Amino acid sequence: MQHVVIVGNGATGVAAAIRVRELQPDWRITMISGESTYHYSRPALMYIFMGHQRFQDTKPFEDSFWPEQRIELLKDWVLDIDATAKTLQLHRNAPLTYDHLLLATGSKSNKFGWPGQDLDGVQGLWDLMDLRRLYKTIERTRRAVIVGGGLIGIELAEMVHSCHIPVSLVVREKSYWDNVLPYEESQMVTRHIREEHFDLRLETDLKEIIDDGSGRVAGIVTGNGDRIDCELVGLTPGVHPNIDLAKTSGVPTGRGVLVDDALRTQTDGIYAAGDCSEIVKEGDQRNLIQQVWYTGKAQGRVAGENIATGQATAYEPGTWYNSAKFLQLEYQTYGMILPTVTAQESLWWEHPNGKHGMRIVHADGCVTGFNLMGLRYRHDVCRRWIEEQRSVDYVLEHLAEANFDPEFFPRFEAAISQQLKGARP
Amino acid sequence: MITLDDQLDFDEEKEFGAPVAPHSARPPRTVAERVGVAMVAIGTIALVAMYFAGPFLGGWGSLLVGYFLPAVGGVLAFVARYRGRPVGIYHDGIAFSSTTHRGVTAWLLAFGITGFYVALYFRDDLTGALGHDFIAPLVTITNPLAQLLASQDASHWFLYGFLYTLSVTVFGVRMWMRYRHNRYQRLRTVSVVFFQLVLAFLIPNLLILFQSKEYYFTYFWPLKPEYLYPSAWQSAEGTVAFFFYWSAFMSLIATPILTYYYGKRWYCSWVCGCGGLAETLGDPWRQLSDKSTRAWRIERWMIHSVLVLVIALTVVLWVNSAQEGRVLGDFSQAFSTFYGLWITMIFSGVVGVGFYPLLGSRVWCRFGCPMAAVLGIIQRVKSRFRITTNGSQCMSCGNCSTFCEMGIDVRAYAQRGENIIRASCVGCGVCSAVCPRGVLKLENGPEGTRFKV
Repeated sequence: MQHVVIVGNGATGVAAAIRVRELQPDWRITMISGESTYHYSRPALMYIFMGHQRFQDTKPFEDSFWPEQRIELLKDWVLDIDATAKTLQLHRNAPLTYDHLLLATGSKSNKFGWPGQDLDGVQGLWDLMDLRRLYKTIERTRRAVIVGGGLIGIELAEMVHSCHIPVSLVVREKSYWDNVLPYEESQMVTRHIREEHFDLRLETDLKEIIDDGSGRVAGIVTGNGDRIDCELVGLTPGVHPNIDLAKTSGVPTGRGVLVDDALRTQTDGIYAAGDCSEIVKEGDQRNLIQQVWYTGKAQGRVAGENIATGQATAYEPGTWYNSAKFLQLEYQTYGMILPTVTAQESLWWEHPNGKHGMRIVHADGCVTGFNLMGLRYRHDVCRRWIEEQRSVDYVLEHLAEANFDPEFFPRFEAAISQQLKGARP
Repeated sequence: MITLDDQLDFDEEKEFGAPVAPHSARPPRTVAERVGVAMVAIGTIALVAMYFAGPFLGGWGSLLVGYFLPAVGGVLAFVARYRGRPVGIYHDGIAFSSTTHRGVTAWLLAFGITGFYVALYFRDDLTGALGHDFIAPLVTITNPLAQLLASQDASHWFLYGFLYTLSVTVFGVRMWMRYRHNRYQRLRTVSVVFFQLVLAFLIPNLLILFQSKEYYFTYFWPLKPEYLYPSAWQSAEGTVAFFFYWSAFMSLIATPILTYYYGKRWYCSWVCGCGGLAETLGDPWRQLSDKSTRAWRIERWMIHSVLVLVIALTVVLWVNSAQEGRVLGDFSQAFSTFYGLWITMIFSGVVGVGFYPLLGSRVWCRFGCPMAAVLGIIQRVKSRFRITTNGSQCMSCGNCSTFCEMGIDVRAYAQRGENIIRASCVGCGVCSAVCPRGVLKLENGPEGTRFKV
């Protein structure tokens, strides 16, 4: 019987644990986290704060699942890895030996050395501690400033807004999230944020966060010298791989924990997957760091499989996809779509009401990606079309097959098809 | 500075398990909403006064002030409240509110509704035992409407039907406003209000006006078992015969066909009166349903036991009737009385609705309704209905499970990329509406593709 230890109980760690159990019914599996006893859905942190759900509602598995699957849960911090003795030093518990170790330590919030970034009232939105901080700060908050845009920024803004507290969003970009979204999509999001009464300040830098004299936030000063008084500053300028444990333990790291495409680190018996990993693949120009829920889950599954079988099945990223919700505006994306995509490389349709939009990206007459705003489309169908390299004409002809909006919703496929056929290359 | 020990000692289940509002600010109320709330308050006070002092505002005056003023006020308040918010999914504060999260208000409401049901169902017993008729003053106030519709004074069942319909309508407006961006929800809400108002309230009363037997076109055997009892057959002539054939047709032929094509939802969340009340008045409490596998186990035992019971009862009654009462005379009578008391009155009424604020809105539908059991078996075994999961896009947030009134752990399927095909799903569509990643879709399609993994 071998012992698999997984550091981190997020989407990646859990996917790996389940996969190992499927393939190795007798092995011992231990999952360690210092943050929470049970796996919870990190994206659901906002729903706890807004009162949509309780913490226990955000646990994807019933508590009985873990003993049934004989996955041991340990709430503790791993301080150090002794790779030769295959032993973990824990903060509270006795050292733990392993046969296979998976690092699924996730990521950490970025901080850019802004003056005042460590004041009381400044925070990100990443874990349960951030949520606890937010509860403390929000009571005295009359205005909040969120710096950094992106998906977590808008979530944090929505959370604060749900307390009927005015929010300013300070964003460097010209248009919301336009470092990821093409112009029209980004414009739609920008309009939507403003319609919902957020004070969105584009092309604005954070210069410094002001101390009220007691170590608390009094306000911020922007790059152009404007001062915004506030008690809460949310910093959400993205995340980076959490490689602290790997670093102290001598597991080779770059920006993330370096692994091959089978998610093995250079240290014997140690794997890394999910947000913390940096995949080095021969022939690829750039190493792969993926930091969304879906890729974490997919990498965890592959790592679990490789640990359980001893084989080196490669992690295949597959056709990229992601989805999100900006306040009430839903967004789905299939295939890799660059923010710089031009009108020659893509077709854009937008409903006159400005609340639904679709972009079809193409190369050499074949469809390579979809962006969907305020529309739901079928993952399987879009992926298949991209992988089968379907022509733009074919896709426009069959668009209705991909629609995934609820029954009785207005359908725009006829209008989309008609307009885009006229505009296609 | 937060230390490693702080985090290890932090009890997330305790801190975030019984949530408190992070901030005391309340949503601003518009003038129209305040006026609406005031109308509800004034009407309710007037009703209480009339309960003790008699309908002192005259026939129609009392009815309008005591019942319709709060109803109109409620509609106004709901419309004003939700119009003031941007269109979309707003569940803010549901886990903080005393009313929607088993606080004092919820308990008081539960006591109130339960008490009303007890007073209603056991009116004669209570009047006999206590020498006081608690329901009579409320009934009297509805007389003008009963006269108008059925040309007779109101009975306590008239009062019940009236209040039921009023609740479905007022809270139907609330449901419409909440989900006005979602055409599935809008149509479904209009449907349940229509079936309750017209087929379960106006028509049964008009039937009385035209000297016919009271009959509900929206209830069928086995939810309304007496519709296929031998007694219904024996008295069958003229319109009553039509009622019997209609019941038999709906129960035995239409139900399997419609359920095959559309799933259980054609009835449970579009037509049925119990479902109608759950989807409107019950909506604020849908998140209270128990999602544990333990509850699921209990559910399967209970609901199928009731089904067995009602089938046995019907068979016994027919056998007894064929034997002209010689074999099972007393037993069949006692069996029928037992079912009427424990299942119909106590389970579906007192517990089913009275416990809305504590156990959620679908307790009866989930654990007791024999019609739901039949529909569920068909839906599970042979139907084109399913909830499709969109690829692997679920991020396990749990909104779908939380807001499933039937206590289905929708997420357990969605996060594995599996379609959801469960006997209990009534197809309300709220899981699909609340999903922040657009992962779920209710649809009918070829049977072969239902169980996708």
